Amino acid sequence: MPNFIMSYLGSRVTPGEAGNQFWALMYVLIIFAGVSVAVIAMNWIERKALAHFQVRLGPMRVGPHGLLQPFADALKLMLKEDIIPAEADQFVFWVAPLIGLLTAFTVYTVIPFGPSQAVSDMNIGILFMLGVSSLGVLGIVVAGWASNSHYPLIGALRSSAQMVSYEVAMGLAVVSAILMTSMNEKGTGTLSMIGIVQAQQQQGVWFIFKFFPLGLLAFVIFAIAMIAETNRAPFDLAEAESELTAGYHTEYSGLRWSLFMLAEYAAMIAVSSIAVTLWLGGWMRPFPNLLKAPAWEFIFSLFPGFTFFGLAAIAFLGVARMPAHSFFKIQRIGLAVFAALLGFFALLLLVIAVAGRSADTSLAARFNEGIDYVYWFVLKVAVFMYLFIWYRATWPRYRFDQLMKIGWKVMLPISLGVLMVTAIVGVIVS
Amino acid sequence: MNPAMNSALNSGMAPVATPFFFYLLAGLAVASGLAVITRRNAVHSALALIVTLLAVTGLYLMLYAPFVAAVQIFVYAGGIMLLFLFVIMLVNIERSSKERQFNRMWPVGLAAACALLALFVSAFAKGKALFPDRMMSLPESSNTQQIATMLYGEAGKMGQYTFAFEIASLLLLVAILGAVIMTKKKI
Repeated sequence: MPNFIMSYLGSRVTPGEAGNQFWALMYVLIIFAGVSVAVIAMNWIERKALAHFQVRLGPMRVGPHGLLQPFADALKLMLKEDIIPAEADQFVFWVAPLIGLLTAFTVYTVIPFGPSQAVSDMNIGILFMLGVSSLGVLGIVVAGWASNSHYPLIGALRSSAQMVSYEVAMGLAVVSAILMTSMNEKGTGTLSMIGIVQAQQQQGVWFIFKFFPLGLLAFVIFAIAMIAETNRAPFDLAEAESELTAGYHTEYSGLRWSLFMLAEYAAMIAVSSIAVTLWLGGWMRPFPNLLKAPAWEFIFSLFPGFTFFGLAAIAFLGVARMPAHSFFKIQRIGLAVFAALLGFFALLLLVIAVAGRSADTSLAARFNEGIDYVYWFVLKVAVFMYLFIWYRATWPRYRFDQLMKIGWKVMLPISLGVLMVTAIVGVIVS
Repeated sequence: MNPAMNSALNSGMAPVATPFFFYLLAGLAVASGLAVITRRNAVHSALALIVTLLAVTGLYLMLYAPFVAAVQIFVYAGGIMLLFLFVIMLVNIERSSKERQFNRMWPVGLAAACALLALFVSAFAKGKALFPDRMMSLPESSNTQQIATMLYGEAGKMGQYTFAFEIASLLLLVAILGAVIMTKKKI
């Protein structure tokens, strides 16, 4: 194999830093595929979970428990006629979904799935993420305008006002977390996403618990603002269907509409990763400093495998509970195969964990480490993704004036106060 | 770590295909800049302006000024252009694009453009005297820190530009308050 492929495997920096274009491209492709799969999974989970919240069954027909529903939906969206309204601005109408998609996926270049498991480590990582994801609103605004219709325009204006307002509180909350990174001997903080997690490791505390309750407050402000930023319930006024039919994407159909959905879910994952990186210790497993004996290391490295065993067990339970009618025969076989695949994957992960432990310097150890980092990061992000669904099922939509009032009169003063107090406490402590 | 990687690290992240990306970004900036002034539709102009700003952001990144690039995205592409679009959308573009422009500003514009060109030409001609003869070799990782030291100074000491920075922020505060007072009759 060429040298540039193998040489990177032993290194402990991101491909961007190592200047290895091959692995940078590989990471980009892996992340792109992973996010797309996550969006498909999220689509299914959201429909199922919402249904169960409302005492319904949700999708049940396509595949066992509707598991194949997202694929059927995707097929439908691709075959659907793509209508461009006659009076619409053709070019802008065409380019709007792409803006949203492009910005949503660009931010993934700096998301740290591990200390070296990122495409690149930028010196301005967090600023880059916030800046680029704030460009995403351009796609929404431009889509609403290009449709040349009233509901989309109102949705677009609402969404731009909302995102500009909540960006302020969000930025201040982020700054107070960045301030905490400078609590070391040198007294200099960092904006790099990897650096922020490493600062938490050095100080031995997740920033959500730092200067209690300051870190928690900043985190809560960010967690609220990020829902408004991604236009999700209860702040989904840009697409309030009771008032605006579908808001900014009323005139969109087929594949173009699905690009909007893809961008929205990708942006949700991206902002959740910011929250995880800044306050929840990023890729770190629980108690990395306290329980750092090799035995604990080993026990925690078994988690990914056992998680997949759990999923496989749930799938097998589904097989066992399938009605005994011959109509369900194919579904049962399919689900059993799916469960077996999950179980096989779990076994593979366990084998890697054991192999990585026995041979300390080998590639298996490195691989095992990487799996651990990615596992804990993805687990934390998954919690946020579930919270997004939970919020949507629980809270009624805000009125627009209420939304603005919360943004400017509650969140902004609190985040400013938290920022100031954090700075003062930081100066006193150091 | 093998020798190939070592040398790549020691050379401090050798830039990749620099001339190609420079000409790509510069060409993009110029082309979209032309589009800004030639489009009749104001929204198209605004979108072209965003492309220009993003291309310039890329140029900043190539000059190892990541912080300036981030601020460019944040303030111009993200904030100001969004408000531009916000306002333009409320204007009736159908009518305004057909209307003849009633102001005659092109002589002034031409004079200003010529003056700017002269400035650039003179800067290019006297470049050696005006600028340091080689690029400052600041490590990329401390670029943001350098800016902070210039603006806020080291511990206990005023920075080079602290006063100017504070005055600028005061000016912005005055502008914000002015905007609020002018638009809101009752506060």
